[in-house]
Amino acid sequence: MNLKKVIKALNGELLTKDVNIDIDVTCAFGSDLISDILHCTKEPTLLLTGLTNPQVIRLADMIDLFGIVFVRGKRPTDEIIKMAAKRDLPLILTKFTLYKTSGILYNSGLASCKI
Amino acid sequence: MIMSEFWYYRESKEPEAKKFMENKPEPDYDLSYSIGERDFVNTGKASSEIKLALKRLGVDNTILRRVAIAVYEAEINVTAHSRGGNIIANIYDNCVHVVFKDNGPGMKDINQSMEPGFSTADEMIREMGFGAGLGLPNIKKNADVLHIESQEGANTFLELVIFYE
Ligand SMILES: Nc1ncnc2c1ncn2[C@@H]1O[C@H](COP(=O)(O)OP(=O)(O)OP(=O)(O)O)[C@@H](O)[C@H]1O
Ligand SMILES: [Mg+2]
Repeated sequence: MNLKKVIKALNGELLTKDVNIDIDVTCAFGSDLISDILHCTKEPTLLLTGLTNPQVIRLADMIDLFGIVFVRGKRPTDEIIKMAAKRDLPLILTKFTLYKTSGILYNSGLASCKI
Repeated sequence: MIMSEFWYYRESKEPEAKKFMENKPEPDYDLSYSIGERDFVNTGKASSEIKLALKRLGVDNTILRRVAIAVYEAEINVTAHSRGGNIIANIYDNCVHVVFKDNGPGMKDINQSMEPGFSTADEMIREMGFGAGLGLPNIKKNADVLHIESQEGANTFLELVIFYE
């Protein structure tokens, strides 16, 4: 699923304006627990989360992330958006809850990432 | 019985790993970092830099990820659960050996800390997305050697080794 389509499906807002979003996203994972997210090591993943602290961006240094979708309308600070831009990591904001976001993307055919 | 020491060797790596731990040869070079208590802005930097250094050596991606995850979990633990400390990464041509020393307060029972799901994380740590009690199990899963020394009221010492193949 193209990331542009993901944004559209989630009524999302792209927070990193200069980062390329014409990319193919093959799977996703949703969690608010860092140690849990760190189990996604088998393939690149789109992360859905309610966490907005700097450590969420650091995750992208450890594992391969296509991008991060912040759910429940939780907007990260400009500092965090800058950290992501430096890493070419797309950040997307949606008002939907983690459950609804996951449901929409799953129904659109986006697979759950292998762990 | 409460043990103040924990050892783990990955079975498939045990002979060369034991030889390495007994000899502890001089590294090609080392990288060192200090970690501040509850410094959740800067923590994780050391892990990314160690990963980058190994990437420059041409270490395989799967190994890089294992190093990054194990080192990151241990770095976070020093940040979250101790009064701060330091990391030294000893870089070799066939493996990396990373040592974490902190300024206490230590663990009550290392075996209990190793249990998946066991955590003493407070509200502030949980709000940051930590405290699932999966960090130490995750380090063990990714490391070829894991050695911890700790007890209540003392400093915690943790070292891990990961071979490049
Ligand atoms: N450096 C340390 N000093 C003192 N206690 C520690 C240290 N590292 C770990 N612990 C203790 O071991 C427990 C388990 O650690 P572990 O990393 O497995 O989980 P966590 O840090 O609580 O949560 P998570 O890592 O999943 O975010 C911690 O909650 C803490 O009580
Ligand atoms: Mg931990």
